[in-house]
Amino acid sequence: MRGFGKYTIWIYSGMALVFLMIPIVYTIVFSFNDARRTNIIWRGFTLDNWLNVCSAQDVCRAFGNSILIAVVATFIATVLGTMIAIALVRYRFRFRNTTTLLIFLPLTTPEVVLGAGLAAQFLQAGVPKGLGTVIIAHALFCISFVIVTVRARVASLDPALEEAGRDLYGSPQQVFWRITFPLLLPGIIAAALLSFALSFDDFIITNFNRGAEVTFPSFVYTAAARGIPPEANVIASAVFLLAILLVLVSQFSAAARRRRLAKL
Amino acid sequence: MAFSAFTPTEQKADASIQKRSPVALLLLLPGVIFLVLFFVTPLLSLLLTSLQEPVPDGFFGEYRQALRWENYVFVLETYGTQTLRSFGYAALASLFALLIGFPLAYFIGITLRRFPLLQALCLVLVIAPFFISFLLRTLAWKQIFAIEGPVAGFFSAIGILGPGQSITGTAFSVVFGLTYNFIPFMTLPIYATLERLDLRLVEAGGDLYASPATTFRTVTLPLAAPGVISGTLLTFIPASGDYINASRDFLGSTETAMIGTVIEANFLVLQNYPAAAALSIVLMAVILVLVSIYVRRSGTEELL
Repeated sequence: MRGFGKYTIWIYSGMALVFLMIPIVYTIVFSFNDARRTNIIWRGFTLDNWLNVCSAQDVCRAFGNSILIAVVATFIATVLGTMIAIALVRYRFRFRNTTTLLIFLPLTTPEVVLGAGLAAQFLQAGVPKGLGTVIIAHALFCISFVIVTVRARVASLDPALEEAGRDLYGSPQQVFWRITFPLLLPGIIAAALLSFALSFDDFIITNFNRGAEVTFPSFVYTAAARGIPPEANVIASAVFLLAILLVLVSQFSAAARRRRLAKL
Repeated sequence: MAFSAFTPTEQKADASIQKRSPVALLLLLPGVIFLVLFFVTPLLSLLLTSLQEPVPDGFFGEYRQALRWENYVFVLETYGTQTLRSFGYAALASLFALLIGFPLAYFIGITLRRFPLLQALCLVLVIAPFFISFLLRTLAWKQIFAIEGPVAGFFSAIGILGPGQSITGTAFSVVFGLTYNFIPFMTLPIYATLERLDLRLVEAGGDLYASPATTFRTVTLPLAAPGVISGTLLTFIPASGDYINASRDFLGSTETAMIGTVIEANFLVLQNYPAAAALSIVLMAVILVLVSIYVRRSGTEELL
């Protein structure tokens, strides 16, 4: 891996990264297309789509539903998942392997199977499909991701810090809320952001359990047959730019912190 | 990072932290109950549904519990092609994603170590596709490949594409879409293992007069294996169940229908719940076999 090979990997990886960016750039560019109803051919630049996002029928309602579902499902998944993650690292208990398997299996189950399984269960139990069933479905597939993310944070925690708290006569509750929890918070936030993103973009599981409710991805899916309005591109682009901004800020502040620490 | 889900992590054997306590039960119970209610029992109801039979003279979509094993024979006979096609497409997509993802992960995790800011930036570019709607980025490819588009023009100019033929709706475009969509899932776990790789081991290979190729094959590759395995599972599993790329309105056609396509059609359109359930069980069984091979290799404690 030297000489010519050294440059090959720069060029190859550069091309791979450009490849990854193509549909993203395409989606953002076409959010500025003066397209009217179907957004297939470039007809000229306009800001109208950005200024009147809600003018396309149902886009904003679908977007609102997606946000609502993602917020509630993320909350459920983060609370339940964090509790399990702490128990897995900190405590010994019976059926440990069974529990690990129970957490791991949803990660390896294809979305169609999760979606069809829940739909079959709701059907048998006579539960009408709606926002509630979608929220349950989303919380379900987010939990395992939360556990994996938070668990890593719990495992890397220095037990000496909590010991110090106990030495200073902190009650178990005080030690948890004033030492453990703040230290775990970055991991919990990362897990919550991840499950929000997963929930917001999910289509397959949602489609099996949504009934007549519309989410942003299901809106796009239905519209794909008759042409996507450019307003959908606006929403996707806005979400993308916001998320990338968040990621960039956190990445670069982490890199800066590492450099500061390296100087010490 | 959740993408290390399948990557074995070094467990710190710190006995002082782990203790038995009733608190553990309180922490575990709500989540475990949730998982049992909405993960385990749905799988059981799929199993039950897959054995149901139509109610004689009943309504459309009305079934009753039975032990109709013939449902499995029926779905495998009717949808055998789609089932095999799914695993074929998913295997091809995993292979292509590996061919693109491994060098990319190597580049970010090892080549860019001396440039932390560039490394962070490239990592952001790899996860960027997650933040734009899965459906819209797949549709973007459809439009880029469209008949009047630049790619189709180039392909017909060099004679790959005959007159009247299109790129979308073919096995090529579906595997292309699957590959594109799952490259990050392949790249991130491999990156996670390569990023931790101790370069002194690679240097030692060189010091012992091994050629760079031999060092790569005998040192780097075995150390990267856990990441490659988890990346392959993270790509293969969702790709085999996906039906968006293969959908007629996206990159596929009726000739590219996958197992997900027929599960969705049977469940949501034809209301043939037993057939949809039986196909889901078949898909799940194949995945479970693959996962259990993996578990046998690395044990349950390293699953998460």
